[in-house]
Amino acid sequence: MKHTGKVWKFGNDVDTDLIIPARYLTTSDPEELAAHCMEDADPGFPQKVRPGDIIVGGKNFGCGSSREHAPIAIKAAGVACVVARSFARIFYRNAFNMGLPILECGAADTFETGQSLSVDLDTGEIVVAETGAAHETTPIPPFMQELVAAGGLMPYIRKKMDATSG
Amino acid sequence: MGMTITEKILAAHAGKDRVSPGDLIMADVDVALANDITAPIAIDRFRKSGAGKVFDKSRVLLVPDHFVPNKDIQSAMQVKLLREFAREQELTYFFDGGESGVEHALLPEKGLALPGDLIVGADSHTCTYGGLGAFATGMGSTDIAAAMVTGQVWLKVPESIRFIFRGDLNPWVEGKDLILYAIGDIGVDGALYRAMEFTGPTIDALPMSGRLTMANMAIEAGAKNGVIAPDGITETYVADRALREYRFYASDPDARYAETREYDVAKIEPQVAFPHLPENTRPISDVGSVPIDQVVIGSCTNGRIEDMRSAAAVLKGKKAAGGTRLIVIPATPSVYRSALDEGLFDIFLDAGAIISPPTCGPCLGGHMGILAKGERAVATTNRNFVGRMGHPESEVYLANPAVAAASAVLGRIAGPDAL
Repeated sequence: MKHTGKVWKFGNDVDTDLIIPARYLTTSDPEELAAHCMEDADPGFPQKVRPGDIIVGGKNFGCGSSREHAPIAIKAAGVACVVARSFARIFYRNAFNMGLPILECGAADTFETGQSLSVDLDTGEIVVAETGAAHETTPIPPFMQELVAAGGLMPYIRKKMDATSG
Repeated sequence: MGMTITEKILAAHAGKDRVSPGDLIMADVDVALANDITAPIAIDRFRKSGAGKVFDKSRVLLVPDHFVPNKDIQSAMQVKLLREFAREQELTYFFDGGESGVEHALLPEKGLALPGDLIVGADSHTCTYGGLGAFATGMGSTDIAAAMVTGQVWLKVPESIRFIFRGDLNPWVEGKDLILYAIGDIGVDGALYRAMEFTGPTIDALPMSGRLTMANMAIEAGAKNGVIAPDGITETYVADRALREYRFYASDPDARYAETREYDVAKIEPQVAFPHLPENTRPISDVGSVPIDQVVIGSCTNGRIEDMRSAAAVLKGKKAAGGTRLIVIPATPSVYRSALDEGLFDIFLDAGAIISPPTCGPCLGGHMGILAKGERAVATTNRNFVGRMGHPESEVYLANPAVAAASAVLGRIAGPDAL
């Protein structure tokens, strides 16, 4: 699967309170959460972001709480994928469980807001349209691909349950 | 080659003789936990899985604690969902109303989190139970829903970093300062995906409250879990509480560590983490003059009775500075009652404190003490991210209860020695 989208660049250690502040966690409705996605970092972000856009972070993206509301908010805001130098581990699991693809890329720090990135989720290749620079990223581990192929963790479990009962 | 305590617990729960870092395992869980923010999503996923019943009604624990007592209609609806699910599933344990408290303070106290356990929780501070010698880690709601259905969870066995603490603690230094110091040393992603194993003579002498505080903040260094080998102090703590069998594990002398760090605690002063990351630590002698508007003493990090006593010892006979709001939040009903019985509430009230019922409340900017634009708070909590306790332009400084109490009296960040 290939996505081309505009970059929204954030810094290092983007925490889950920044992605979706706890004051909005009285709901798990994706649209309501999306309306406040990243607003403490950039108040206009929920209005400016377009379907297919790409969030780029530095190191340790998604650190902090276990709230699944974070990848839910990002996905519901229309963001196609998140590219960062590294991810916090709970966020990493949650993103795949929600079907939000995320890629670790050592060159993430060089990407800039407004650039257009082409991300090939099958090969892990990221190309910057403006410069033509191509970057190889850490491929998604096979175990995670199984989850993604099933459509997330719950469909995966359900398939297994059906298999054992059938 | 020996195994670490983390590897041993994971191997035991995966039905294997041994595991190594990097192994992907399917492991049995002793407890699957969620709270009023994360359980609603877990319950939704549970329903969508097609499962009718949870895998074990005594091992699925739901604790409403974040927005309780319900702060608004939406949060009341969320807690109602938990209540109805608990009733429908006939969960053995469900903590509601005056029986509920901050989950990670409550479960050890109730004997529901035990040494040798494998505990997964839809809350990042689930790692707290490592203080008892358990493997405990935070996950998202969907992972927890899967565990509620199957009683199992897939995990990648983490590498371990060993932290050896030696020497006697300085006055007013406790578990909070040791973990803040370590986070300041390695950074907020210094233990990413890894286990933090706290050892050494200082840890051997550390009370259970301090051990729970240290394991609680392992996530603030990005760790998968924090763990302290159980010993006599652990046995004394769990013996009369345990509602299940438990087992002590210890790392082998030839266990392999990705890294070992040693600290001489004689050099460690009370620590303060400046905004907006827990790694921005400074010794109390180096904080300068930072005026504050609010102090919060409580949370899963520092809301236990020992924390209340520590704050009270500093506050006794003193008053919070004019213009500084002091909020004290005993983390559980039992802590609340003990603080009352021991006369600590008199000390707090005489100091001008607001005493809150048990709740996570202001720690995550929920309620019971939200900060306005430009305000600063000293908190005994665990995170000081942008907007964590309120307005995005407010600031949180993390410290231990004694420092927080002294700061309330002086109206600026300071240790008890400044009084």
